[in-house]
Amino acid sequence: MKIREIAALAKAQVYCCEEFLDGEVHSACGSDMMSDVLAFVKDQGLLITGLVNPQVVRTAEMMDMRAILFVRGKKPTPEILALAKQCEIVIMASELRMFEACGTIYESGLKGGVLQ
Amino acid sequence: MSAPLVYRYDIDGENFTSAGEASVKVKKSLRQLGLSQDIIRRVSIAMYEGEINMVIHANGGCATVSVYPEKIEIVLDDKGPGIPNIDLAMQEGFSTAPERIRSLGFGAGMGLPNMKANTDEMKIETTVGVGTKITMTVNVNR
Ligand SMILES: Nc1ncnc2c1ncn2[C@@H]1O[C@H](COP(=O)(O)OP(=O)(O)OP(=O)(O)O)[C@@H](O)[C@H]1O
Ligand SMILES: [Mg+2]
Repeated sequence: MKIREIAALAKAQVYCCEEFLDGEVHSACGSDMMSDVLAFVKDQGLLITGLVNPQVVRTAEMMDMRAILFVRGKKPTPEILALAKQCEIVIMASELRMFEACGTIYESGLKGGVLQ
Repeated sequence: MSAPLVYRYDIDGENFTSAGEASVKVKKSLRQLGLSQDIIRRVSIAMYEGEINMVIHANGGCATVSVYPEKIEIVLDDKGPGIPNIDLAMQEGFSTAPERIRSLGFGAGMGLPNMKANTDEMKIETTVGVGTKITMTVNVNR
């Protein structure tokens, strides 16, 4: 699924790296615990989270993820955006809650992917 | 064995906001060296977990990454409180992280086992009250 379609599904605002919106992700992971993302994620290209700090971007970068969707109306800080630009990670933010965001995107065809 | 390429970073323990900066830099450097994505990701995850540990458990320290033709070695050295029981610390789910750290997205007790899972070798040398030195190796099969 294109990152652009994910933004539309989640009615998300895109904050940076619009030039990568046509990039494809094949699965996603939803978590507020970066420890779990680091330990269990395998090849998910999208991180859906309600946690807002620079470690979210660094965690995504370590896992080679292409996009981050912040949920529950959380807004990315300038620091997060600067880091995301540097790492070429698309940042989006939606008013949806975690469960709704994951459900909507899953229902439209993006799956959870393989666990390690 | 030819001389390794060495990257060295001081890890600031006062400032959680910067935790993980060194790992991001190392990842960029390894990409420039043209190593495979799988190797780079394993090194990145192991180092990032170790770097975060030094910040949240040991008040910072020093990270050294040495790139040899056949392996990448990561050494994380700190002067923190040490680990009283390594077997316990290595168990998935064991964590002494306070609630404040959990609210930042860490402290699930997954880091050390994840470091082991992503590396070919991992050695922990630790003395309570003195510090901890973790040496990890990822083999590069070209
Ligand atoms: N460098 C260190 N110095 C002192 N104690 C450490 C160090 N690294 C780990 N520990 C101890 O080992 C425990 C387990 O570490 P581990 O990385 O597995 O989990 P965590 O850091 O608590 O949580 P997570 O890694 O999931 O965010 C820690 O809670 C801490 O008590
Ligand atoms: Mg840890």
